[in-house]
Amino acid sequence: MSVQTMSLSGRKKEVSNKKMTFWESLYLVAIVKGLFITIGHLFTRKVTVKYPEEVRTRAGIWRGQHMLKRDEQGRENCTACGLCALSCPAEAITMTAAERKPDEKHLYREEKYASVYEINMLRCIFCGLCEEACPKDAIYLTESKVLVPASYDREDFIFGKDKLVMPLEMAMANAKNRQN
Amino acid sequence: MDQAIILEKSIFIFTIFAITMLAAMYSTWAERKVAAWLQDRIGPNRAGPLGLLQPLADGMKLFSKEEFLPNTPNKFLFVAGPAISMSVALMTSAVIPWGDKLIIGGRTVILQATDINIGVLYVFGVLSVGVYGIMIGGWASNNKFSLMSAMRAASQMISYEVAMGMSLIALLMMSGDLSLKTISEQQAEWHWNVLYQPLGFIIFLVCSFAETNRTPFDLAECEAELIGGYHTEYSSMRMGFYLFAEYASMFISSTILAVLYFGAYNYPGMAWAVEHWGVNAANGIGIAVLFIKICAFIFFFMWVRWTIPRFRYDQLMRLGWQGLIPLAIANIFITGVIILWHDGKLF
Ligand code: SF4
Ligand code: SF4
Repeated sequence: MSVQTMSLSGRKKEVSNKKMTFWESLYLVAIVKGLFITIGHLFTRKVTVKYPEEVRTRAGIWRGQHMLKRDEQGRENCTACGLCALSCPAEAITMTAAERKPDEKHLYREEKYASVYEINMLRCIFCGLCEEACPKDAIYLTESKVLVPASYDREDFIFGKDKLVMPLEMAMANAKNRQN
Repeated sequence: MDQAIILEKSIFIFTIFAITMLAAMYSTWAERKVAAWLQDRIGPNRAGPLGLLQPLADGMKLFSKEEFLPNTPNKFLFVAGPAISMSVALMTSAVIPWGDKLIIGGRTVILQATDINIGVLYVFGVLSVGVYGIMIGGWASNNKFSLMSAMRAASQMISYEVAMGMSLIALLMMSGDLSLKTISEQQAEWHWNVLYQPLGFIIFLVCSFAETNRTPFDLAECEAELIGGYHTEYSSMRMGFYLFAEYASMFISSTILAVLYFGAYNYPGMAWAVEHWGVNAANGIGIAVLFIKICAFIFFFMWVRWTIPRFRYDQLMRLGWQGLIPLAIANIFITGVIILWHDGKLF
C-alpha cells in the first residue's frame, strides 16, 4: 500500500481540486445536505448534565476531598514525615511537626505528629500522589462528591486540620463496624 | 369617522410595534435554544421556565452596562448608527398585510398599517437604507476593524440587493402589481408564489440572508477576524440596539418571505372557513398561519446559521455576481417566455 492511499481511520477522503461546475459553485446541494445533518441533531439525546440538580456518576476511582485518618482508637495516624509534601507535584501541602507529650498518647499514634497540616486547595490537582506516598496510611482522598466551595477569599482555600482530620465519631463508628 | 380611523390605525401600529419587539426579543432566546439543540445541548434554562426570562435578563444586563463613547470626532454619527439600524428594521412592518380583515363592532378593520400601491418598492427602499446604520456606525467608531466590517457590509448588501431585486422582478411580472396586499390576495388558497417561482424564491431567500447579515453572510460581524465588526466599539444599549435590529430585521425578512412567496395569511380552505365560521374566525386563523410561517422562516434562518460556516469574501462576491444575478436574469427570461406563451397568465 502506498502512502498516498493509506488511511488509518478508513475514512480518508481524497481532496479533489477540480474546478466546480456552475451548480456546485452555487453550493445549494451541499448546503441542503448539511441542513439534513444538523436537523438530525435536533432529535438526538442531549448530553447536558444539569449540574446542581443532576450529578454525573463518578468513576469508582474518583479522588475527592482529602482526609487525615484516625485509627481504631481515634488517634491521628500522621507522623509529619513530610513525604506527602515531598511527593506533591503541586506543592500544595505544608506542615509543622511537633513532639507528642506523654499525656497526648490518646491523640496521636506516633511520637511525632503534625501540629499544623495545611493543603492549599487552589494548588491541589487531586492527583492522589500524597495518598500513595504516605507510609502511615494517614492521608486519603475520599469519595466525597463535594468539590471545594467557591469563595472570594484566598484564605478560605487553605484547608487546615480542622477541615482535613477525620471526625472522631466517624473513626469510632469505623472501628465498631470493623469489630462486628 | 376620521378619528375612529386614526384610533384604529394607532392601536394597530402600536400592536405591530410591540409584536416586532417581542419577536426580536424572543428570537435571541430562540437563537440560543436552536443553537443548543442543534449542538446536542439544552440551552438557556435557568432564567424562568425553559429560560423564557433570558431576554429580560439580557436586556437588564445591557441597560446596566457602561455607555462607552470612543474618542471619535463623529459623536453624532456614532449615536445615529444604531438608531438608523433600529428604525429601519421597524419601518418595514408598515406595509405588511398581517391578515385580510376583521369585523369588529360593525367596522371593517384592514389588518395592514397602510396599503400603499408601491409596497414592494417601499420595502426595498427602506431595506437599502439599512446599510447606512452599519456604515455610519462602523465609520464613526474610528476603528479600523469596524471600518473594514462596514465596507464589507456595504459591498455585500449592495451586491445582493441587485440579485434580490431581479428575483423579485419575475414575481412582479406574474402579479402585475406592487402592492403587498394585492400580491397576498392573489395567492389565495394554494396559489402560493413559491410553487410558480421556485428559482426566484431560492434567490430571494439567499439574498435575504445576505441582507440581514446572517451566517453564512455574516462577514460584517465575524468575531474571528474583525473582533465583532462594526459593533466593536459599542456597549450598553447602543450595542443592544444593533443586536436587536438584527433580530428585528430577521423577523421582518421572514415576514416578507412569507408574504411574497408563501401565501401570506392564506391557507387552503380559507374561503370555506370564511363561509362557515365567519370572517373573524377565518382571519384569526389566517393571522396565526402567517405567524407560523414566519416562525418557520426564523427557525430556518437559525438552522442555516448553525449548519454552514461563513463564506470567504471572494466566494461571497462570486456567488452574488456570477451565481445569483445570472440565475435571476434567467429566471426573468423564463418567466417572461411562459407568460407570453400562456397569453399573459402564468399557468
Ligand atoms: S492530591 Fe496531589 S496535588 Fe493534591 S495534595 Fe495530594 S499530592 Fe498534592
Ligand atoms: S500524611 Fe502521611 S506522608 Fe504526610 S506527613 Fe503525615 S504520615 Fe507523612
